[in-house]
Amino acid sequence: MSDATIWTIIVAVGIGTFLLRFSFLGVLGAARLPDWVLRHLRYTAVAVLPGLVAPLVLWPAATGGTPDLPRFAAAVVTVGVGYLTRNVIGAMGAGAITLYAVLWLTGLSG
Amino acid sequence: MARTKPKNTYYLGLRDGLPFLLVTGPFGLLFGVVAAEAGLTTPQALAFSTVVFAGAAQFAALQLMVENAPVLIIVATALAVNLRMAMYSAWLAPWLGAAPLWQRALAGYLNVDQSFACSAMRFEQYPDWTVSQRLGFFFGVVTPIAPFWVAMTALGLWLGEGIPDWLALDFALPICFLAMIGPMMRTLAHLAAAFTSVVLALVLAGVPYNLGLLVAALVAMMVGAQVELWQARRVQT
Repeated sequence: MSDATIWTIIVAVGIGTFLLRFSFLGVLGAARLPDWVLRHLRYTAVAVLPGLVAPLVLWPAATGGTPDLPRFAAAVVTVGVGYLTRNVIGAMGAGAITLYAVLWLTGLSG
Repeated sequence: MARTKPKNTYYLGLRDGLPFLLVTGPFGLLFGVVAAEAGLTTPQALAFSTVVFAGAAQFAALQLMVENAPVLIIVATALAVNLRMAMYSAWLAPWLGAAPLWQRALAGYLNVDQSFACSAMRFEQYPDWTVSQRLGFFFGVVTPIAPFWVAMTALGLWLGEGIPDWLALDFALPICFLAMIGPMMRTLAHLAAAFTSVVLALVLAGVPYNLGLLVAALVAMMVGAQVELWQARRVQT
């Protein structure tokens, strides 16, 4: 990817993000968004992020796309701990520990 | 309720924002590391963190850049991740709408998960705050967070080169996202949306230009909205 392309992406995402953040603050007095729009917007993050990450978990680039036990186990533990504790940093820590522990164990047997 | 001076609301905001440094720090550091791995130059990575200033969208864009997706798809996906901020903006408008344009523009730039979450809590708790008191609080929350985010990106860039392979940093980014997803699963509707997103993204993985992810996300949003409606109806009857 060329330098110019990278800068284009940074500037475009930057401007777009600002417009999203400023939108309603900017046009004061404009009518509230209709309820059905807000209802869809509520699920944007949970609709994008899991789909983005699922292929990375199942077909990791580091193994050339072959499913890999340490990475899969780390993913399950990270989501599980995050769901149960609602603690992002705790979930990251638990996932990292799982990844290294299973990498080490599978390294021993292999 | 006691009167609070604008200056005091600024310090209250500072205090409310401080705990978020624990999340911002590692996340920013990781962005720097991953950006260095992806081959971004230092000015590019720092511009990313200052101009875009949105962790999840930055990671999403970076991932698609590594996969060499078309520019339009990268921008659309990153903006889809940030769509929720339009919702924050809609929520903030009645509280901050009377402020001068330049202050609203600055608040727009700094309208992030943390400033929204803290404001959502305090503005309703202290409804008699003036607009300038609310802005003071809002800017207080982001005062430590914004510079720290950029500084940690820089530190990550600097460390990036020296990180050995056995650390398996290829998986740092998935773990970051996965750690954010768990706490988002607040209702059945969130779970249904996430599940739809995963299944469709995997099924549509072969679709060119990473269009599969956008389709998966759109359908998942609709599923979330429908499940929410269905649950609301069930509660009523």
